Amino acid sequence: MLYMTKIPLEQEIQSLKPKKFLMWLFIITSCMLFAALTSAYIVYTGGNPTRGIKVQLPVAFLYSSCLIIISSLTMHYAFKATKELQFAKQRLFLALTILLGFAFFASQWIAWTVLFESGAPFVNSNASESFIYVFSAFHILHIFAGIGMMVYTFIKQNKGIPQYRNMFNMELTSLFWHFLDILWIYLYVFLLLNQ
Amino acid sequence: MSSTAINHTLEHSGHAHDEHAHHQSFLTKYIFSTDHKMIAKQFLITGIIMAVIGMFLSILFRIQLGWPDQSFPLLETFLGKWAEGGRIKPDFYLSLVTIHGTIMVFFVLTAGLSGTFSNLLIPLQLGARDMASPLVNMLSYWFFFTACVIMMGSFFTETGPASAGWTIYPPLSALPKAISGSGIGMTLWLISMVFFIASSLMGALNYISTILNMRTKGMDLWKMPLTIWALFLTAILGTLSFPVLVAGVVLLIFDRSFGTSFYLSDLVVQGQILPQQGGSPILFQHLFWFLGHPEVYIVIMPALGITSEVIATNSRKPIFGYHAMVYSLIGITVLSFIVWGHHMFVTGMSPFLGGVFMITTLIIAVPSAVKTFNYLATLWRGNIRFTPAMLFAIGLVSFFISGGLTGIFLGNAALDINLHDTYFVVAHFHLVMGSAAICGMLSGVYHWFPKMFGRMMDEKLGYLHFWFTFIGAYLVFFPMHFMGLDGVPRRYYAFTEFEFMKEWLTVNTFISWAAIISALGQVAFLWNFFHSIFYGKRATQNPWQSNTLEWTTPVEHLHGNWPGEIPTVYRWPYDYSKPGSPVDFIPQTIPFSETMSSNFSHDFEGNPEAERIQLEWQKNDEAERLAEDKV
Ligand code: HEM
Ligand SMILES: [Cu+2]
Repeated sequence: MLYMTKIPLEQEIQSLKPKKFLMWLFIITSCMLFAALTSAYIVYTGGNPTRGIKVQLPVAFLYSSCLIIISSLTMHYAFKATKELQFAKQRLFLALTILLGFAFFASQWIAWTVLFESGAPFVNSNASESFIYVFSAFHILHIFAGIGMMVYTFIKQNKGIPQYRNMFNMELTSLFWHFLDILWIYLYVFLLLNQ
Repeated sequence: MSSTAINHTLEHSGHAHDEHAHHQSFLTKYIFSTDHKMIAKQFLITGIIMAVIGMFLSILFRIQLGWPDQSFPLLETFLGKWAEGGRIKPDFYLSLVTIHGTIMVFFVLTAGLSGTFSNLLIPLQLGARDMASPLVNMLSYWFFFTACVIMMGSFFTETGPASAGWTIYPPLSALPKAISGSGIGMTLWLISMVFFIASSLMGALNYISTILNMRTKGMDLWKMPLTIWALFLTAILGTLSFPVLVAGVVLLIFDRSFGTSFYLSDLVVQGQILPQQGGSPILFQHLFWFLGHPEVYIVIMPALGITSEVIATNSRKPIFGYHAMVYSLIGITVLSFIVWGHHMFVTGMSPFLGGVFMITTLIIAVPSAVKTFNYLATLWRGNIRFTPAMLFAIGLVSFFISGGLTGIFLGNAALDINLHDTYFVVAHFHLVMGSAAICGMLSGVYHWFPKMFGRMMDEKLGYLHFWFTFIGAYLVFFPMHFMGLDGVPRRYYAFTEFEFMKEWLTVNTFISWAAIISALGQVAFLWNFFHSIFYGKRATQNPWQSNTLEWTTPVEHLHGNWPGEIPTVYRWPYDYSKPGSPVDFIPQTIPFSETMSSNFSHDFEGNPEAERIQLEWQKNDEAERLAEDKV
């Protein structure tokens, strides 16, 4: 009997590896998307003095950066807790990360309104400034996907799925979330450099 | 507990799957199937249907080009207000051209080709039970299907389908007022494309992950068939380039629907000055062609991979220069990202930049030429079996050469000033992409039909189909070179208004006849394909005596592909007519220990033990033979 249970389990664990690889590949496509958008910004702005970002970047973006870095930390703790089989702690930190994710969204929203009021609306004859919204909105879409993954992991854990599954969910989720963290930092630095 | 465990074993080891199959309903088996073989068939049949539609559209606009002044009342019956008085309207003509291009490039030659053969061959030729994520794979098909439905749906709108060309350059595509097709039709085009890109990406990610993680024992990268190499690199191209199209398309959506001005500036439409200022239409071209050029290789590389396989099998010879073939594919993959500017030579780009793109473009012709020469060298003195698949593979080589040559002219920044946007470009890409890739796809269909449906297609109809297609395509596209050299522009509704183009009317009529006849030739294929699915001769397990793994699976499809263990692979896939071997093909699953008479020492590079055993065997063998001679 032991033998019988071992084989499918091993096979299933085996089959998770290619699935995890899918997440890495997805991250590559995301990277290409943002590389395209930021390159489009560079091609568009291209040394033309009437283009480029002419306003101060909102402080809210700085808050966003802090929030998402903290959320990466909490995500890390959730991951560690999962590895150490401390499930209450896993849920707690996951919940915290989810909240921070929403807080991140709020800070971005504030940044948009501030931008709008400081004379850099989305509909703008200087499209360099429209690009700020595009970067941020595309990133937020990813954030929503990340929050979705966290909620899924949370619920599944609550239902008591096997640990290897739970661990797999956590691995994917945290991988994705840390990527989103780095991605935002890239975007923020890119915007700062082009201010 | 133990019973669930047993169930698990059944589900995952591929044993005793008949039992499992009983639980499948019609819906999970044929519609929402997660089995890669079924998904491959779904892609193929959808692709064929789209191809028929695309071909039908081309016949409609060929009628306009061939007989511009004549009225065909039948057209009005079918198309209503788009062909009032039996003549196609200019706006609708542009819609036809646009949707024809979109369908052929994306829906047939990208999804239909990669989708079919990646799904079919990657698990089967590599020895995997299914894809990395069968669920994502299924979604990939259904996103594709949705994209098709939305695209075709645009024919049922008041203002008609998109009409800015398959490259949808703004500002034409961005301003609903500019042309009727830029209204709701363009919106649907963009939505459809978003679904299509999602589908392609899901597919591509799955293919890559499967190839890198799920090969059977012994199948190292350098033992993979060239089809897999081609499909692998195609998937990489897609992964890296489709996201860029997303960026381009989304910015276009913002310009259309939100009033931003990424691409728009200084526009006056119908006497009205538009509010958008400061945009750059060239930006769109950069984003589009950064995808667009890799896209043409996404189209041709699977076809090249299929051709490698079919030509080697049917010449009964190892593919010439296996490593060179792989490195050429890699070279094409890398280079195809740095040549996109050759589509933009006349956008006012700096001559220096034009020069850079010219050089990279001419360099990419080198790996393409290497592949061509290797095909010819494989054919050279082969024991050629002219199956329909083989004819189409040879057809691909022919079209790839004749269309590739004109690429060299176009890649020349100075020559392109004359040739850009003329029929010369149309001739170039219909030969090198359209005809060559379609030939590759058809070759694959004829070759793997027995694997897909367990039956054979009719050979005679296959030959008929080939000659109609091959001769037809040359008759249609070859004359276009001369029109292009004379300066006849592409995408014009009628040439009767221009003095210097009037003389081309007879040529246009000729081309239209050729197109109609070769389109009729496709009926032979359609009949053959659909009839053979149900009534074809039953296939044997390995009808072409081929070496690759897919022919070791049973004719009847199983979920999980192999009834028992997945076979192990010992050798490369091209051991055809190996000297010393009593049979003319040695499948990949035969270990070297069973073929002592045909082993070479380079089969064991880096394994001195095996080499020693082989040498010993050869010595013994020789001794035995000498002894026999003495007796
Ligand atoms: C020998 C290598 C090749 C070279 C040097 C080459 C060069 C070019 C150039 C310079 C153009 C732009 C012409 C213009 O618009 O003025 C062009 C157009 C095109 N090429 Fe090629 N090409 C090559 C091979 C291929 C292959 C293998 C494919 C597809 C499988 C392909 C597909 C296309 C398509 C679709 C277009 C036209 C796109 C459009 O404007 O609608 N080419 N080629
Ligand atoms: Cu190109």
